[in-house]
Amino acid sequence: MRALTEHRLAGVLAMAAIIAVLPLFFPSAYYYRVAALVFVFALAAVGLNLLMGLAGQVSLGHAGFMGIGAYAVAIGPTHLGVPSWLSFVIGAALAALTAFVVGRPILRLKGHYLAVATLGFGLLLAIVFTNEARWTGGPDGMSVPRLLVFGLPVRGADTWYWITAAGFLIGAALANNLIDSPTGRALAAIHDSEVAARVLGVDAARKKLAVFVISAVYASAAGSLFALLNGHITPDVSGFLRSIELVAMVVLGGMGSVAGSLVGAALLVVLPQTLTALHDYEHMVLGLVVMAVMIFLRAGIVPTLAGALAARRA
Amino acid sequence: MTLLRTEHLSIAFGGVRALDDVSLEVAAGVVFSIIGPNGAGKTTLFNLISGLYAPNAGGVRLAGEDVTGLAPEALARRGLSRTFQNLQIFFRMTALDNVMVGRHRHETTGICADLFHLPAVARQNRATRAAAMEALERVGLAAAAGRRAASLSYGGLKRLEMARALASEPKLVLLDEPAAGCNAVETAEIEAIIRGLTREGLTVVLVEHDMRLVMNVSDRIHVLANGRTLAEGTAAEVRANAAVIEAYLGLGGAQEAVAG
Amino acid sequence: MSEFLQFAFSGLTVGAVYALVALGFTLIYNASDVINFAQGEFVMLGGMTTVFLALAGVPLPAAACLAIVLTVIVGLALYRFAIAPAQGAGAVALIIITIGASIFLRGAAQVVFDKRFHSLPPWFGSEPLRVAGAAILPQSLVVLAGAVVVVVLLWAFIERTLVGKAIVATAANALAARLVGIDTGRVVGLSFAISAAIGALAGILITPITLTSYDVGTLLALKGFAAAMLGGIGSAVGAVAGGLLLGLLEAFAAGYLSSQYKDAVAFLVILLVLFAMPRGLFGRASIERV
Repeated sequence: MRALTEHRLAGVLAMAAIIAVLPLFFPSAYYYRVAALVFVFALAAVGLNLLMGLAGQVSLGHAGFMGIGAYAVAIGPTHLGVPSWLSFVIGAALAALTAFVVGRPILRLKGHYLAVATLGFGLLLAIVFTNEARWTGGPDGMSVPRLLVFGLPVRGADTWYWITAAGFLIGAALANNLIDSPTGRALAAIHDSEVAARVLGVDAARKKLAVFVISAVYASAAGSLFALLNGHITPDVSGFLRSIELVAMVVLGGMGSVAGSLVGAALLVVLPQTLTALHDYEHMVLGLVVMAVMIFLRAGIVPTLAGALAARRA
Repeated sequence: MTLLRTEHLSIAFGGVRALDDVSLEVAAGVVFSIIGPNGAGKTTLFNLISGLYAPNAGGVRLAGEDVTGLAPEALARRGLSRTFQNLQIFFRMTALDNVMVGRHRHETTGICADLFHLPAVARQNRATRAAAMEALERVGLAAAAGRRAASLSYGGLKRLEMARALASEPKLVLLDEPAAGCNAVETAEIEAIIRGLTREGLTVVLVEHDMRLVMNVSDRIHVLANGRTLAEGTAAEVRANAAVIEAYLGLGGAQEAVAG
Repeated sequence: MSEFLQFAFSGLTVGAVYALVALGFTLIYNASDVINFAQGEFVMLGGMTTVFLALAGVPLPAAACLAIVLTVIVGLALYRFAIAPAQGAGAVALIIITIGASIFLRGAAQVVFDKRFHSLPPWFGSEPLRVAGAAILPQSLVVLAGAVVVVVLLWAFIERTLVGKAIVATAANALAARLVGIDTGRVVGLSFAISAAIGALAGILITPITLTSYDVGTLLALKGFAAAMLGGIGSAVGAVAGGLLLGLLEAFAAGYLSSQYKDAVAFLVILLVLFAMPRGLFGRASIERV
């Protein structure tokens, strides 16, 4: 039994089980939609978690990559006649390429220099999306053509629930695979002592770049799914606030915890939804949440709970 | 056979000449110690040899190959390993995981294989785990394998770092003050480990302040002071060297070294 | 030529604001190693609070002074409730905390004030002065003069008073400063208070030209940070030089290249500085010991 619960994919299977039965409790289509949003952001958060929680780097501009994926599935079908699914793949490839090119110099930086560089880069992307109105529709954004599968449009909140859930679960499984592998151990080592890792033969620069690219692909995939499910995107999808929200999700849920990314995403997506009456206070609440999490709950919810449970059992 | 050679190695930080024209030769299979007062440049020398710094002048040769300025990961591939004076342990990982990272250069699966957990990865993980446990046993830490590194004692951490360095199966291992902060019992354990290493054919370069340990295990000793070579020779020769006694050992130290 | 001068003047004017924001960054960073992203919100608060106090009937000079006082209180609260409790958090965690604070302050401003643009009357009228064919607003000169006054006062404070020395000591080595009896908590709090005051003043001075609204803070913080990086983080001279230089670069880029991508200049500067000369123009190098 112990071996089963410690298996690399145990967490993913548990989440899959919960996700499978959850819709039984949904009173209306609205809940499907909110859940789909949670899965989308959880997917992006898992990728960012690999970069921040596992490898110990930081990216305050990750929404920029979400923007690449989102605008890919918008621009592809609208302006270039490329079908949505292919645009999805191209978006991911573009995000990977961008991360590869920018990541090389950026990841040589550390600490707050790295943080600000990624922040600046994310903002640059957002500015591009805002300004190139001919392609992107400018500040008001553009509509996203529906995903077509075998010529039939994919619609319905419940359909998107299953699609985004599958996307998240695949991403989570891959992430768990990576963590329990030589690459994962090398990244965790880089997190604790890059010097020691290098002395042991870990090519730290290449590994960091690799995880940066992987996390960019996760974000792009999430951005594409978001765009397809939402039907409309604005440059906000790649904006500064979105990037900070992603970081908050990762830290709140637990750095290095894949399940934590789901928890963090759930909290930060559902909270504003429940506070629709307090819509004006959305930013105040987000700011407070970010501060509170970083000051008091830096370990994150899932690791803290897991630690408490382990202590109880001991 | 000369395994390691430095030739007129020099480096300066700002106006400070940390190392000035240091040349030494380490034969394969010996324990070669570097001693000297604090600030003599011993750790700087290690940092130069292990690729963390690039010298201003001079070079380093490993098994005859010029490796000056190569990055640490490239040197690791050529069989070099080291421990750190200020413990660069992966504190958030378990003791076993720490040593498993030491096996990195023997792991062959790529990122894609890792992402999809192909069968080769599972096999790799098992092999790595087994080799890491072996290394832990060698330093007497097998019982602590599953514990978080941060929970080990100081002496345990020192031994963990050695196990990790040895797990990569190096030809040459640099040990930077492995007995620092250790009590007599722990130091004796470390001495036993070092002796065992040369029996297996490893070459050890040691930086240490514990003169008893140095005199007991060293085949050759190189003395540094103020970034320059002060003397070199066997333990007996260095012990009796007047300049060394004056600069470092002191009369009491010289006596202590003889007694041990 | 006159076009060049025009761009130069507007660049220097906005550059003076960047310089003041960068000075605030530098002061706090020197005292505590914290990069305070809420710096831009101080500027916003200075302008917006003055506007709304004036709308409520308070005479302008009093409104301005009151606005500075209120912003200082916000700055102290930021230190007391967000920074001080986060003892031992790494550099990145601290940046994220201040980002959270800036988002919070922005959200609060949205609620307390409103979402529209507001202006303040210029100090010496709005008739532009003609210099060598270029038009300068009198308020530009006010901004530049204000920046000079702040820099001089700050310099005098740091160099000539005991408290100023305490700040320098804390910046150099916090532990050593504590060991000689300096209350480093108070010193850091003071640095927040002074930065808030500087920021608020900058906001009050610039509002007649650039207007103000609840969300001007974010971009200002980023540009002020770019300026501080350009000048060399930790150097007060660098902060001022970086700010003016950034303002000029932005103005020339907007004028000669593309006004749409004006805001991108600051981010490109950040990236370039970080890649090419991380120490900036006047910064000090640091070596990591292993």
